[in-house]
Amino acid sequence: MLSLGSLDVKQRIAARLVTADIEALVASIPKPVGSFGYDPWGYNEDSFKLALGAAKRLYDHYFRVTAHGLENIPSEGRVLIVGNHSGQLPMDGVLVGVAAATNPHGPRLARAMIERFFPTVPWLGNFLNALGGVIGDPVNCSKMLDMDEAIIVYPEGIRGSGKLYRKRYQLQRFGNGFMHLAMNHHAPIVPVGIVGCEETMPAVINLAPIAKLLGLPYLPIVPSLLPLPARVYLNFGRPMHFSPAASEAEVTEQVETVKTELRRLMQIGLDERTSLY
Amino acid sequence: MATRTGSRAAPKKTVLITGAAGSLAKRVIARLHGQYNVIAVDFRRRVETDAGIPSYLVELHKRGFEDIFASHKIDAVIHIGRIFAHERTRQQRYNANVIGCKRLLDLCRKYKVGQVIIHSTYYVYGASAYNPALIDEDAPLKASEVTQDLVDSVELESLANIYLWKHPELNITILRPCNVLGPGVRNTMSILLSRSLVPVLIGFSPLMQFLHVDDMTDAMIAAFEQNKPGIYNVAPDDYVPYQEAVAQCGCRKLPVLSIPPSLPKLVASVLNWNAFFPPYLVNYFKYPVILDGRLFRETFSWQPRRSLNDIFTYYRKQKLSAS
Repeated sequence: MLSLGSLDVKQRIAARLVTADIEALVASIPKPVGSFGYDPWGYNEDSFKLALGAAKRLYDHYFRVTAHGLENIPSEGRVLIVGNHSGQLPMDGVLVGVAAATNPHGPRLARAMIERFFPTVPWLGNFLNALGGVIGDPVNCSKMLDMDEAIIVYPEGIRGSGKLYRKRYQLQRFGNGFMHLAMNHHAPIVPVGIVGCEETMPAVINLAPIAKLLGLPYLPIVPSLLPLPARVYLNFGRPMHFSPAASEAEVTEQVETVKTELRRLMQIGLDERTSLY
Repeated sequence: MATRTGSRAAPKKTVLITGAAGSLAKRVIARLHGQYNVIAVDFRRRVETDAGIPSYLVELHKRGFEDIFASHKIDAVIHIGRIFAHERTRQQRYNANVIGCKRLLDLCRKYKVGQVIIHSTYYVYGASAYNPALIDEDAPLKASEVTQDLVDSVELESLANIYLWKHPELNITILRPCNVLGPGVRNTMSILLSRSLVPVLIGFSPLMQFLHVDDMTDAMIAAFEQNKPGIYNVAPDDYVPYQEAVAQCGCRKLPVLSIPPSLPKLVASVLNWNAFFPPYLVNYFKYPVILDGRLFRETFSWQPRRSLNDIFTYYRKQKLSAS
């Protein structure tokens, strides 16, 4: 009886989250999967629908996201969506993912690159994979770009997400890996300036030694364990195309171009924001 | 000379097949018999074969093995036989699988065998949380990092690799299949899915690839007949999480605590689950090892013809008929 009861609750939650709109959206996303509904990275359409249903509510009603420039995300073909990273928890990845999946100009399944230690945590790895997340390995990115997928990359990595509140909206050091991928696979880069996620979890201090002890990338002291309902502004820029560079120094220069564009897009968001929460 | 061979049908090639008692080898033998002279070899028992198929009980690393090469003119070897962990000790396994394979390859050189096919396994890539999906043939073989019990698999591969480059006249093809399942298959995964109660690690359900043994037979025949030496993953482009496969095969799940990571290994060894959930394979039930099988599929124009559902149906029906 108990299992019947919980099954019922599960189904009812699913029915509420997976609205007809979500069904139609996911059905219109071109995504080849195997006979059991999985792709090679563990993405699963049914789990994705559920997650998208839940995340869309957060997107609309909790973070009240304003998105501009969605037409810049190509409706098909390979693309790297590159943003500024912030907010301790990867809420920015979720929100950019929702923006791409619900894009009126052509919905895309955008795959987020997740931390390498996530798959070692029970449930978390399978859960994130089912939603389309994959570990941020260059081999994964290459294969996905070859298969014309859309990938969300935060080249700052944990340097960006784990930074303290006093460093908000300052880009941290970028890795060059994403630029190599873009060049080698002729994939356009769509930059996205993200404003508001810094305020979802402002961190005063990072307890680095304890984090190290626990095997975590960082452990911030934050006012709330759940992200605060900050308003979020996403500004997508025009696709940027890069031809292969002759040297690593040239690659770094090209990365700087992306950073400059990201700063511009972030400033647009900061200017249009009238209230934090 | 040319006119003499041209006036008659070309003489039948002779193919030696190891591991003849196994279900894959049996199928390969049945397919090749008639078109070729087949010689069956196994270390476990002397295999009952059709008329006209000589069958030998011999250990590859023992002296008697050479007599077979001396008394038959062997043109090709299909090396399928290997010892699983639950069959012997680690030392015996190393001797048979690694030393045995070296001896086999040396004999192939000595008796001028023109083609060798080696049946390896996807285990050689190792199951790690950091694995990317769609692993290519040139990815590092990290299985020995996971456990010493897979050292023999990795070394067998390295050995075959050395011979592949050093002795191109052997025309070595190394096949690394994903999980092969189906009637008669006695590998770890098949024994596991034949059980009614099957261990699963709480919170982990890695994606897996499965191949029907008949499709694997087709793959081996294709590799043999087309003779395009190299290293190939053999896998379909279809994927299913382990726990879903377990349910589809009609098994009940036995949840095993997955944290700390040493716990499931301890449980598996204390309860002696060596035959179907060996401690050294625990990581393969935790992290995915997903192969990119494109190279083989395209090179040999091969596609699996049985679906995942076909495979799982066999295990489901097997349980129904048992009860």
